[in-house]
Amino acid sequence: MKKKIVDFLTEIRPEFDFAASNNFIEEGMLDSFDIVSLVASLDEEFGISIDGTEIIPENFSNVDSIFQLLIKNGVTE
Amino acid sequence: MIKINLIEYFENTVDLFPDKLALVDSTSQLTFNELRQKAKLVATQISKKNNAINRPVAIYLPKTNDAIASFLGALYSGNCYTPLDTKNPVPRIEAILKALNPSCIITNDKFISNIKKCNLDIDVINLDELEQEDDANESLNYKKCVDTDPAYILHTSGSTGVPKGVVISHLSIIDYINWVADTFSITEKEKIGNQTPFIFDMSTLDIYLMIFKGATLFLIPEQKFIFPATLLDYINENKINFIFWVPAVLVNIANLNLLDSIKIPTVKKVLFGGEVMPPKHLGYWINNLDKNVVYGNMYGPTEITGTCVYHIVDDTFNENESLPIGKPCRNTDILVLNEKDELCKVGEKGELCVRGSSLALGYWNNFEKTNAVFVQNPLNKSVPERIYRTGDIAFLNEKGEYIYIGRKDFQIKLSGYRIDLGEIEHYILSVFDTINAGVFFDKAKNEIVLVYESENEIPVKDFRIKLMHVLSKHMIPTRYIKMDILPKSTTGKIDRALLNKKINNT
Repeated sequence: MKKKIVDFLTEIRPEFDFAASNNFIEEGMLDSFDIVSLVASLDEEFGISIDGTEIIPENFSNVDSIFQLLIKNGVTE
Repeated sequence: MIKINLIEYFENTVDLFPDKLALVDSTSQLTFNELRQKAKLVATQISKKNNAINRPVAIYLPKTNDAIASFLGALYSGNCYTPLDTKNPVPRIEAILKALNPSCIITNDKFISNIKKCNLDIDVINLDELEQEDDANESLNYKKCVDTDPAYILHTSGSTGVPKGVVISHLSIIDYINWVADTFSITEKEKIGNQTPFIFDMSTLDIYLMIFKGATLFLIPEQKFIFPATLLDYINENKINFIFWVPAVLVNIANLNLLDSIKIPTVKKVLFGGEVMPPKHLGYWINNLDKNVVYGNMYGPTEITGTCVYHIVDDTFNENESLPIGKPCRNTDILVLNEKDELCKVGEKGELCVRGSSLALGYWNNFEKTNAVFVQNPLNKSVPERIYRTGDIAFLNEKGEYIYIGRKDFQIKLSGYRIDLGEIEHYILSVFDTINAGVFFDKAKNEIVLVYESENEIPVKDFRIKLMHVLSKHMIPTRYIKMDILPKSTTGKIDRALLNKKINNT
C-alpha cells in the first residue's frame, strides 16, 4: 500500500523523491492542486471517501502519515 | 479637499485610526501608525538611492506585512511598485527585472541571494538591515505626483515569453476602491481575509480597502489553502467577515462539504473573481451560510485595475444557469463590439471593451503591445478617447446583464492565474530546442497539456524538472502526449484547431 501511495505522489510531482522526505508540506512539495488530485486518486483506488476534516497537514506530512490515514478509513493491506 | 494620491487616503486613515490593527500576517501584526512609520522608513531609503519620482521599485518579498509596508514606502517616495513572485524561477524574475529596469529592489535576508544570481546592476534595499532608529525623512516626494502617475505595475503572462507590465495609476485605484467601498458598505469594521497573491490584481481590493477605510487585513498563510479545514478554523479564530477569493478555493470547500461540519457565522460578504464561478458550487455556499450574506461576482482584467462588471447574486439565482458577469461598475462603460467595430445588439456576441478612469496607462516599456489593445474608441469620431479591448467574448442579455462566453485567443485562466499558452510554448521550445510541440488546455479536466513530436517517449520527469527552472508551477503542463508526427496545416504549421478538438473531445 505504501508503494501505491508513493506512486500516486510521484505521478503528481515526478520531480520529488517522496519516499525520502519526512515533511512534504514544510518542504513545499505539495500545493492545493496536488492535495486535491492525491485525495481523488486515493478515494478512487481504495474505494473510500476521505472526509474534508481529515485533510489536514498532520495526515499528509509523509508516506507513513498518509498510510495511517488510509488505515483509519478502513483500508487493509 | 478631494484626494489625488493613495498616500493621502492612507494618511487620513492613520489619523482616524492610529492604534487600530491594520495588518496581520503569520508572524507579526502592525497598527496603522506602525505601518506608516515602517513605510516612511522604506521611502527614505528609496529616495536616498535615487531621488527621482515615477520610477518602478521592485518588491521581491513573500506575502507579508513587510511587503505592504514596502508598497507604501514606494508610494511615499513618489514612485510606483512592482511586486515580484518569490516562487518564480530566477530566470523569469531576471527577465522581468531587465524589462522593468527598476530604480531599486526591496528584499530581505532570505531572498537576497536570488537577486544576486541575476546578472543585473540594480540597487538593493535589504529590509533586515534597516534599523528602526534610521531617520525617516518627513519631506516625502509623493506630494510632487499627479493622479495620473503610476502607482503599481503588475505582470501578466505574455505570448512572446516576456511578461507584460500593466501600469496602473493612482486615479484608477481611487476610482475603483471608492466604488467597492460604497457598493459593499465597507468600514473599519471589516476584517478582510486575503487569499490572492500580491502579483494578482484581485489583491488591490483587499489592500486598498485597508488603506482607504481602516479595515484590518489578514494575510492568510498559504498553507491554510492547501488544507481548507484549517482555513475555516482560521476564519473563526480571527472572526473574518469579508473575503474576495478565486472560485477554485470556494469550489474545493464545497466539494469537501466542509461547511457542513465547520460553520463560519462571522462571514458576511463573499466576493469572487479571476475565473468563472460554477453556479452549483455557489449554490452550496448560499445554502450553507446565513441567508443575509452578500455574494458578488467580480469580472475584470488587470488592465482595468480590478473590476469593471459585477453581479450581486439575488433571488433570481438558479444553480442550473451560468452566473452573469453583470452590470458595469460606476464610472465604467462597456462596449461589446462586433467584427466591424459596431456596437452589438442584445444577444449578439462580440469583444468586450471598457472605457473609463479604470484603464491602465499601458504596458511598461512596450508601446507596441499597448497600442494594440488600448485603442481609439471606434464609436467616437470627434476626439481622442481610449478604450481597452479585453479579448474576452461576451453578450448583453435582455435584462441588461453581460454574459461571459470565452476568449478569442490562447489565454486561459487557472485558479485565477492568467496564462498565455504561447508563453508556456515559448519556454518549452527554448529549453527543448530539438522538439516540435504545442501547448493546449483541456477544459473539462482543467489541465495544461503538452503535445510533442518525437520517435521516443520523453519521461514526464525530464520535462518537469527542466521546466521548473523557467516556468512557475501553475504554468507547467500536467499531461504529456507523444505523437510520432504532429498534424500540420498546408503551411507546415501545427494544426492547432485539430489538436485542440482532439484534446477537448469536441
